[in-house]
Amino acid sequence: MKVTIVQFPGTNCEYDTQHAFEDLGADTEILWHKSESVPSDTNLLVVAGGFSYGDYLRSGAIAKFSPVMKAVSEYAGKGGKVLGICNGFQVLTEAGLLPGALKRNNGLHFISKHHHLKVINNDNIFLEKLNNNDVVNIPVAHHDGNYYIDNNGLKELYENNQVLLKYTDENGENKNPNGSVDSIAGICNKEKNVFGLMPHPERAMEALLGSDDGIKMLQGFLEA
Amino acid sequence: MIKAIVNVSLKAGVLDSQGKAVHHALDSLHFNGVNDVRVGKQIVLSLDETNREKAITDVTKMCEELLANTVIEDYEIELV
Repeated sequence: MKVTIVQFPGTNCEYDTQHAFEDLGADTEILWHKSESVPSDTNLLVVAGGFSYGDYLRSGAIAKFSPVMKAVSEYAGKGGKVLGICNGFQVLTEAGLLPGALKRNNGLHFISKHHHLKVINNDNIFLEKLNNNDVVNIPVAHHDGNYYIDNNGLKELYENNQVLLKYTDENGENKNPNGSVDSIAGICNKEKNVFGLMPHPERAMEALLGSDDGIKMLQGFLEA
Repeated sequence: MIKAIVNVSLKAGVLDSQGKAVHHALDSLHFNGVNDVRVGKQIVLSLDETNREKAITDVTKMCEELLANTVIEDYEIELV
């Protein structure tokens, strides 16, 4: 199992992501944004969190024209599995690989804390280790995490079971930290091979550090 | 040379939380006659192009591809 992690100027979660997947037994490689191809032995491509190109204009707006993104699109187009975490999610929406967009948080503040999430659809490789309605505790750290999609788009997401995770309290009751439409924290594409979420499962790998719920999430990819 | 002014703002119906915060601040300064505030951004481009029609076409393409995210934003182009 080989996990390739994309690195832009400003990415800062690539080593956490690498550590998390290596802990789970995967081989990893960090792929600089100037690369024009994805290593052929890649089983999962992760667009990691942090920032990209200063996030000038909009988060992820410049990154989508980076050489590596053409390779990422081609990889996804052939059915390759892609996971975007935080800034990676923003980049994937900007690149059109996932529907919708991430706006500035409604409260305008950067939010950095543990947050509970409820599993909405587990019929995909990402969340198959979890059950629907399971509640996990995963850190969030974002300024632009306010997921927006228009009503038609939202309807389509529900019809195709593309809504993966929602923000809740510890009992699974709705709790919305940033103003996201329907408290959506993570989605996938129609084909269910491209995944994006604002929370950071790679930061929830050790109970000692607050939560190890990220293990069950990332493991799904390794056993697929 | 043509100068193009591009105004990008959130679409009507998409909540503008920055606009709301500014509106609130204006209220607390007792500027009471303000009904709505929308915060956008302005991008000013100096173009080599001299044909205005061509300039509009080019800048529209720039907006669609990069300057605006049309999922959430509208843009207006003005040539000066």
